[in-house]
Amino acid sequence: MKHESVETNAGLLIILTLAVISVGGLVEIVPLFYINDTIEEVEGVRPYTPLEQRGRDLYVREGCYTCHSQMVRPFRDEMLRYGHYSLAAESQFDHPFQWGSKRTGPDLARVGGKYSNEWQVQHLINPKSLVPESIMPGYPWLATTPLDYSDIEQRMIALRRVGVPYSINQEEFDANVERFGEETAVMLDINRAEDNLIRQAQEGNFDGDRSFISEMDAMVAYLQVLGTMVDFNQYSEGYFAEFR
Amino acid sequence: MSTNEKPSKKPGEVETTGHVWDSNLQEYNNPLPRWWLWGFYATVVFTVVYWILFPAWPIGGTFTKGLNTITFMDDGEEVTTHWNTRSLLARDMQTGRHAVRQREMLERVGAMEYDEILADVDAMSFVNAYAKGSFGTWCAACHQTGGAGVIGLYPNLRNDQWKWGGTVAQIEETLVLGRNGYMPGYRESLNSEQLDQVASYVLSMNGFDLDADAVAAGAEIFNGYLGGCYQCHGMDAQGLASLGAPNLSNNLWALVDVPGAANDEERVRRVAAFVHDGVQRVMPAFADRLSETEIKVLTAYVHSLGGGQ
Repeated sequence: MKHESVETNAGLLIILTLAVISVGGLVEIVPLFYINDTIEEVEGVRPYTPLEQRGRDLYVREGCYTCHSQMVRPFRDEMLRYGHYSLAAESQFDHPFQWGSKRTGPDLARVGGKYSNEWQVQHLINPKSLVPESIMPGYPWLATTPLDYSDIEQRMIALRRVGVPYSINQEEFDANVERFGEETAVMLDINRAEDNLIRQAQEGNFDGDRSFISEMDAMVAYLQVLGTMVDFNQYSEGYFAEFR
Repeated sequence: MSTNEKPSKKPGEVETTGHVWDSNLQEYNNPLPRWWLWGFYATVVFTVVYWILFPAWPIGGTFTKGLNTITFMDDGEEVTTHWNTRSLLARDMQTGRHAVRQREMLERVGAMEYDEILADVDAMSFVNAYAKGSFGTWCAACHQTGGAGVIGLYPNLRNDQWKWGGTVAQIEETLVLGRNGYMPGYRESLNSEQLDQVASYVLSMNGFDLDADAVAAGAEIFNGYLGGCYQCHGMDAQGLASLGAPNLSNNLWALVDVPGAANDEERVRRVAAFVHDGVQRVMPAFADRLSETEIKVLTAYVHSLGGGQ
């Protein structure tokens, strides 16, 4: 076929263009869904609790991902600054994942537990009060806006449809007990979502005010769990390399 | 617009696409430049070589691993596997030029006593370089990049005010164990006049000239049964490091913004409000996050910031 006949035939050009650009996706993305080693076998990774999930929704709503990535890459300088590189397993329940590629602010994949709740609250309200050179804007309304959790069950049902193992019946609950343990399985039960959310917010006291469940509670609960689910002391340096 | 000029080359000299606009505007159809074409072929050859050497094509549940191998230490055993970025990182962390150099220096500093480190120019230049990253990651979020802190929230590490002591041993203990600072509020036991008197007394010890009667009354409360401030801060307010009670007579202010107050009235008001509310601050423990040597490096760095005792 002469190149000219492709260039002068719009329909053919469209079909061939689609065929060519599909190759990249077919070869690079599709196999990840069936290759055995894509997701590492590690203990500890679980879906987010209702409160953490609402925090994650707020993280997306406020556009945190436009400045913060959640992906520590396997380079020495990143290991030294942020800790162990991110695993595919750690974002297997993220829909959509927050890996990102733009770091105006630091990576947040391992920010959980690094700072106290009080620090996170103060920093979210007014970042410059703690880090004068910061260009991050403040999010003071998180502390004063009550958290809307009226639709938490619907949100979890939607995530369940795309494969997150939140349980909706006894059978699924038992499977979660088997997989994550009793305590976690209870948190993943859609039927108890609202109670779980309220209880975690009050016990965790993330925003420093037990009586008021604010958006700040959810946001800080989410930030404090990021990157903390896997105990990396359990695994040797070479273990994760076996999956690549 | 030129209408009569002829094309610079006549039709037939170079192949054209056959399109003609405005009666004589034509489009050449030149072949690709040769350098470009050969460059393209070269990328094709490169790709094939890459496929052979590196992980590339998916096949069934796995993929072609490539011929290239990499060797690194895994739990004390030498492992050789197909090349991949995770193994590359493991090798880089073990035998990379910078990693080895850094480990050597960490081991050297780790084996030294503090007085040796502080006196050794090489060791201190390593401490400063290493701490720039380490302090930036772990400490600067509160104590600020230069260690100057935030009045009212996070202590300044550059001055002579040390709540928990400024010797290397005390700084190290602070880093390892963390600290729980607590002063009770006196809203129940002192009325507002008494609070003002205590505040006046404290300020008078820092060179502020305040009403003598109020100062005298404040001294009685401070050093007496009613306030009992001396129990932690000491009879002459020199502080007690073991309790995290700061010296109140050196005119260095970590929690009350006295330097930012406009006049004596405002200063008294701020100190009195602080005594009324009390305070609770936490410094987290780093024993489970940093190695002993890293804590040593940070201790030497903090000590050298300017206020070390």
